[in-house]
Amino acid sequence: MSIALVVLIGVLFATGTYSMLHRSLTRIVLGVGLIGNGVNLLLIVAGSRPGLPPIVGKLTGSTDPIPQALVLTAIVIGFALQAFLLALAWRSWTLDGNDDVEDDIEDRKIADRRRRAIRTTEAARRAERERQLSGDDNQPAGEATNLGAR
Amino acid sequence: MIAVLVLAHFVAGSVVLVAGRTLRRWIFAVAIAPVLGALITVATLVPGVLDGDVGFHRYRWIDGLSLAVTIRLDGFATVMALVVAGIGAAVLVYAWSYFSHDESPARVVRFAGFFTLFAGAMLGLVVAGDVWTLFVCWELTSVLSFVLIGLDDHLPSARIAAQRALLVTGAGGLVMLGGIVCLVHASGTADLEHLFAIAPTSATAQVGLVMILIGAFAKSAQVPFHFWLPGAMAAPTPVSAFLHSATMVKAGVVVVARFAPAFASIGWWRPLLVIVGGSTMLVGGVAALRRDDAKQSLAFGTVSQLGFLVVLFGIGEPAATAAGVAMLVAHALFKSGLFLAIGAVEHATGSRDLRRLSGVGRSLPHLAVAAGLCTLSMIGLPPLIGFVGKESALAALAEGERWSIVALVVVVVGSILTTAYSVRLFWAMFATKRSKVDQSENHFARIHHPPNVALTAPITVLALLSLAGGVAASPLGTRLSVAAESLDGAASAHLALWPGIHLPLLLSVLIVVAGAGLALVVLRTQWRPAPPTTRDSTLGERAYGRAYNGLLDGAKRITRVTQSGSLPVYVAVIFAVIVAAIGFALVRGAGGDWGDPVAADSVLQAAVALLAGVMAIAVVAARRRFVSVLLLGGVGQGLTVLFLLYGAPDLALTQFMIETLMIVAFVLVLRHLPTTYSSPPMWAPKALRIALSVAVGVTFAWFALSAGSGDRPTDVTDAVEHLSLPVAGGKNVVNVTIVDFRGVDTMGEITVFAVAALGVANLVTASRRGIGAPVSAATRFSRIGAQSMIFEQVTKMIFHITLLVSAYVALRGHNAPGGGFAGGLIAGAAFVFRLLAGDASNRQVATRLSPIVLIGTGMLLAIGTGFASLVAGNEFLETNVFDIHLPGVGRIHFPSAAIFDIGVYLLVIGVVIIVLSHLAARTHSAGADGAVT
Repeated sequence: MSIALVVLIGVLFATGTYSMLHRSLTRIVLGVGLIGNGVNLLLIVAGSRPGLPPIVGKLTGSTDPIPQALVLTAIVIGFALQAFLLALAWRSWTLDGNDDVEDDIEDRKIADRRRRAIRTTEAARRAERERQLSGDDNQPAGEATNLGAR
Repeated sequence: MIAVLVLAHFVAGSVVLVAGRTLRRWIFAVAIAPVLGALITVATLVPGVLDGDVGFHRYRWIDGLSLAVTIRLDGFATVMALVVAGIGAAVLVYAWSYFSHDESPARVVRFAGFFTLFAGAMLGLVVAGDVWTLFVCWELTSVLSFVLIGLDDHLPSARIAAQRALLVTGAGGLVMLGGIVCLVHASGTADLEHLFAIAPTSATAQVGLVMILIGAFAKSAQVPFHFWLPGAMAAPTPVSAFLHSATMVKAGVVVVARFAPAFASIGWWRPLLVIVGGSTMLVGGVAALRRDDAKQSLAFGTVSQLGFLVVLFGIGEPAATAAGVAMLVAHALFKSGLFLAIGAVEHATGSRDLRRLSGVGRSLPHLAVAAGLCTLSMIGLPPLIGFVGKESALAALAEGERWSIVALVVVVVGSILTTAYSVRLFWAMFATKRSKVDQSENHFARIHHPPNVALTAPITVLALLSLAGGVAASPLGTRLSVAAESLDGAASAHLALWPGIHLPLLLSVLIVVAGAGLALVVLRTQWRPAPPTTRDSTLGERAYGRAYNGLLDGAKRITRVTQSGSLPVYVAVIFAVIVAAIGFALVRGAGGDWGDPVAADSVLQAAVALLAGVMAIAVVAARRRFVSVLLLGGVGQGLTVLFLLYGAPDLALTQFMIETLMIVAFVLVLRHLPTTYSSPPMWAPKALRIALSVAVGVTFAWFALSAGSGDRPTDVTDAVEHLSLPVAGGKNVVNVTIVDFRGVDTMGEITVFAVAALGVANLVTASRRGIGAPVSAATRFSRIGAQSMIFEQVTKMIFHITLLVSAYVALRGHNAPGGGFAGGLIAGAAFVFRLLAGDASNRQVATRLSPIVLIGTGMLLAIGTGFASLVAGNEFLETNVFDIHLPGVGRIHFPSAAIFDIGVYLLVIGVVIIVLSHLAARTHSAGADGAVT
């Protein structure tokens, strides 16, 4: 087993985790990408030894095909997942003016009433953004407020 | 036969609930049909039962668990079935009229439907021959009573009462289930008859018995669980008359009656039942004197009488058991009659407040006489069945030993209370009073709605039955003896209207005289010591309130601790758990040896790994979005090289295309986001986050080392490699595995892939400001500026070649590196670049194909291949290899899995176009904000 690849797996997991601990959706997508690469590499390294491509007729000294078959679709699904997260990030940005994941208001209410001040600030910021957006579109402010309340 | 009757209840009840609106006036006809059917059927079986026949049926269910549905119609079950069906029928006739003025048809439908369902469950409960059938019916009655008590679900009081009844009886039911498990475990049988024959007395069995009794106490409203029953009076009167007098609350009594003969010899049995039942009798009796709501008063009377029955059956002596059966029948008759009478008075006057009723007896003499007979039976005066029952009870207890004597004293005191509240209730309801409080006419409720025959007839019938039972005491006794014998072989009921001058008769005289005196005192002095104004007045009620609130508070507290509402915190917790779990296993020495670690398989591998690692760290260190995205692409392409070096060209090809497209997608979205990250307040210091991240990295590196040395061959690998060519007709084992050996799995994955694309499209087009009129892919891309002549021309030139290459890669995939996924990604990229190039001719070419059609065609091809295999008589997606000889061309080798792969190819192209075109279009329009129309 190649220590170089093992270390790379560790680095990918560590950096991916660190990215996912952020609030920014962009960073979270990056983290998912990093960890996804780490997982794919882990499956290959842990499941097979390096060798020749597994083609019938030249199987002597070839590598194990099973992990490859598993990882191939994982790579493709990873693309779909990241694209979906990007679309979420885009949507968050059009609604809130940033791509940060905010705290769940209901949980926060229960969790800590002292955070009310911060929440109010966040709500004010969102309301401000709503005003800007609706102003651009000449929409009644009431509707924007409703949507802002979600 | 009996099982069919029970099922008929369920069918009729369901029909009423589903088709109630169309049945209209026939609701009650449908509802009453199975009840009458049960009544008549059981009645025809009575002669046989009297001769000693026992209707017994066992329906096999799960043999392996020795589960079966057992029905046993012995003497006691017959009596109970007659009570359930008879009173059920009477109440339904009554309800027909009671609800005739109801303005809410939905309410009537729900009443009739759930009532019939309940009657079926209750019938099943009394004829159950094994503990499991008993328990299932027991729980059914709890759940259905919840619906019936909460029939007026717009009233908060009804909702609270229903919830309380459900929680108390439901919790009791759960305890009972535990007890049943213990008992079945100790005895080895679930059949009630065998169980009583074995009568295990091991520690497990005794614990089980206590738990079963707790369930029975909760259901039969015994102290300290009795508080739910008066609350349940929120239900309409017909419900109260059936559930809370004759049937459901008797379920606990039935269980005590069945178990007592076998287990009463256990040391604690009699003290427990006499204390619980006795205190219930006294508590209920006192409380009944203190209520001004007629139904509440009668409900506490029921609590008291249930305590009486528990004492009688709990003694477990043959004579007491026989008396209990008589008392059970008597109570069902007079108590349901009285409930219905209260309902009739309320129906007529609109009130059931004892202080506001006056002159009802004078206006409704017929009703007063019927209710009077029931009251006399409740007091225990001859010649009514209540007298006969109480006499035999007193006689049985007087003959017994220590605990019987204790019980006798309690019963006498309780009966004095019964007499007192009976007299008070009857007088307050029907007598003509002079108002002391208010001389005006308005003080008393007027009769504005005289009850019709349908409303009074059931009451009259019940009252006459009480009378007939008393007059014909002797023949009734011989028949009830059969029922008593089925509980206890030695029991036989000797009922007599004139027992002779013995101790029981003297006690009866004492009871009536003392009770009448007490009633007089109460009525004269308006004696209501400390009228209960506070809601939670009893110990059980307070405990219930505390437990209820504690549960909600606890849930809130747990939510507060575990659900902070912050996504990063959740992610951190998840990773911490992963580190702890895997780390624990690794420290404990899980996993294999480390194989034979080498620094690196080749110098190139080491160099690429180092480069990728550095870029990964740079991704998180970068402050600008574009930089980090490009670095991530670099990491991905590093993996491409590593896969290639490892001997995985299929992976390398796919990874290469994915990373390319991913960068395009990122760039399209990030164009409009700020170039640097915002820095919202973080939930934890940086050092902590880094520590957690490093821990995750180390854990997984260690995991990779321990997961195995990758030694081949495994059995699966062997099988896949050997079957690849002969069975699936392909040489590229990786591709053959994807499209054949795990083809169904791949089918699932491409479905997910397609759904994700639709999700992206919806997220982007679902515009909250309604700009989202459908736009073609070409139109969307037209808004991307920055045209480059060179890009346009080169894209145009290589487009067709790229498509050709992609098709080649897809088709040769079965035998050489490539395949549908890789080919589809290449073709998708070709389309995307043509769209990106943006000039008119490029776009026109690129959008000739609708991506949705591509996805649909691909999906159809994939599924169609699977079904074609089925049609050909093989497994789903099993490959058929076709060898076709074409003159001049030669032999063409064509496995059906190739068609599946073509489906994958088309679907992937469609997904790529949809995803990237949407990300491109909407980010653009959002950037221009409103400029798009």
